[in-house]
Amino acid sequence: MLKISRVRKVFNEGTVNEKIALREINLNVTPGEFITVIGSNGAGKSTLMNIISGGLIPDTGSVIIDGKNVTKLGEHKRASFVGRVFQDPMAGTAPNMTIEENLAIAYARGKRRTLSFGVNNRKRELFREQLRQLDQGLENRLKTKVGFLSGGQRQALSLLMATFTEPKILLLDEHTAALDPKRAQLIVDLTQKVVEQYKLTTIMVTHNMEQALNMGNRLLMLHDGGIILDIPQEKKQTMKPQDLLRAFEQARGGESFSEDRYLLS
Amino acid sequence: MNLALHGAIEQGLLFAIMALGVYLTFRILNFPDLTVDGSFALGGALAARLIIEGTNPFLATLMAFVAGGVAGIFTGVLHTKGKINGLLAGILTMIALYSINLRIMGKANLPLLREDTLYTFVKDLGVPNLAVGGVVFFTGVALVFLIGILLLKAIIDWFLQTDLGLDIRATGDNSKMIRSFGANTDTTTIIGLGLSNALVAVSGAWVAQYQGFADVGMGIGMIVIGLASVIVGEVLFGSSSIFRATLAVILGSVVYRLVIALALDAGLNPSDMKLITALIVIIALTVPAVAKSVWKRQPFRATKGGRGDA
Ligand SMILES: Nc1ncnc2c1ncn2[C@@H]1O[C@H](COP(=O)(O)OP(=O)(O)OP(=O)(O)O)[C@@H](O)[C@H]1O
Ligand SMILES: [Mg+2]
Repeated sequence: MLKISRVRKVFNEGTVNEKIALREINLNVTPGEFITVIGSNGAGKSTLMNIISGGLIPDTGSVIIDGKNVTKLGEHKRASFVGRVFQDPMAGTAPNMTIEENLAIAYARGKRRTLSFGVNNRKRELFREQLRQLDQGLENRLKTKVGFLSGGQRQALSLLMATFTEPKILLLDEHTAALDPKRAQLIVDLTQKVVEQYKLTTIMVTHNMEQALNMGNRLLMLHDGGIILDIPQEKKQTMKPQDLLRAFEQARGGESFSEDRYLLS
Repeated sequence: MNLALHGAIEQGLLFAIMALGVYLTFRILNFPDLTVDGSFALGGALAARLIIEGTNPFLATLMAFVAGGVAGIFTGVLHTKGKINGLLAGILTMIALYSINLRIMGKANLPLLREDTLYTFVKDLGVPNLAVGGVVFFTGVALVFLIGILLLKAIIDWFLQTDLGLDIRATGDNSKMIRSFGANTDTTTIIGLGLSNALVAVSGAWVAQYQGFADVGMGIGMIVIGLASVIVGEVLFGSSSIFRATLAVILGSVVYRLVIALALDAGLNPSDMKLITALIVIIALTVPAVAKSVWKRQPFRATKGGRGDA
């Protein structure tokens, strides 16, 4: 479904600020796989997501989605394959537009935009049905501006917008990190639900080890621009956060994993 | 109502076409486009020249629409493809247009005396004045203008609800998001700028025909007048929806002209009007700043405060 070969990304190459964000990344994702990704700050997780979405173009290497080489395709040209939810609840929706208008934009993902009405009664019915599944009462607020929603509601809507057109790949970059625990859990549950429902091939970055172990069926750990751990489901489901830390130390030859942001609870 | 006020309403309705264009860039695209001064005069210059050469005034105004669109597209390409700062891109086009407009006109001022224009056409329609008890509220000409501008408003409202229109609005609202859904924001920006300046040029063409001449300086300060109309309209009439916002822009334009007419009536000089305009914008921007910040920021506050029921 997704094949990343020898991808390298360096920022500010040749200057004092040179930063190797990704070094020779290889990754093969099969259809229906749900990968969770962890790694310390600056490990290159977001860079990897951006390479897949087209927000960044790799310096070398290739990105192949569903058999199509998209390495050089810009973000908007890949949008028909890739659905995305950002960390910032503000980032995934247009605040001054209504819920139904936002959904209409998502509905048109990757399609040619025409001069037909963005929202019509047929779509409205579909949107209502989809919103009902969020269990947020949003199905009765189609004409509310998205800016008036809470962060959790916006993130739920973003998730819906990213998924209901069934993209080939779903990218989630710490999409619950900005929410309080209760809302975060709600989005986690929703994520499980929609990924299962549409059998979406998913890559989810998280800072929560528990989450990384409990969700999905494969776990990657990034460090300093490389994938240092790639744990399959059989092994992953037996692991605890402590095991993950130990695995990290082994992979790094003794270096301990010091990252306050990780929740070990 | 005296004659000056009737004129103010008529003018306000013509300048409203320009204000709607400014609304498209400043509010919808969130792009501070200064092309306006140039494209307004471009519309006036081109229409005047064509009419004098015997072109049908409808066709001449349509040509102004096209030329304005090209000017806006040029600014858009400078900004998106040439990576030039948006303000600067607009200024560059505006300055270039000054020379181009002079070329089109051949001299600084082109009178349209005794030519058949859209204005003479409208007057010849002979629509009666709207009078109650002998007091004229709306001239026949203003009524025709009003119908025209409401038609234009309906078209703009419709356009902004289409798939393409939604993309253009989202470009101004959250460009990162709309790219992730497959819209090319360079294209939407260019389309928006083209459309905006096409409207501005049509407004210039109308104004030239209405006042009976085109002048190379007729666009000077137009962007501020456009902004004044947009902001005054928003403050007085609200902008909760597209339907409401475009209506507010039109009314804002009329209110602006009425204020100017009253200022002149009170004995101020026409040369003071630029000062008055600047003052109107300053007042409209600062005095209701509180109200406006509530209107603008509320979405974020509602989120940050976490008062939602998620
Ligand atoms: N546009 C950029 N210009 C320069 N350096 C960048 C840019 N984007 C990322 N970097 C650098 O590349 C490295 C990887 O960044 P990235 O955002 O991928 O990390 P991350 O794993 O997502 O971290 P976090 O957990 O903080 O989100 C970091 O050192 C970062 O400073
Ligand atoms: Mg990141």
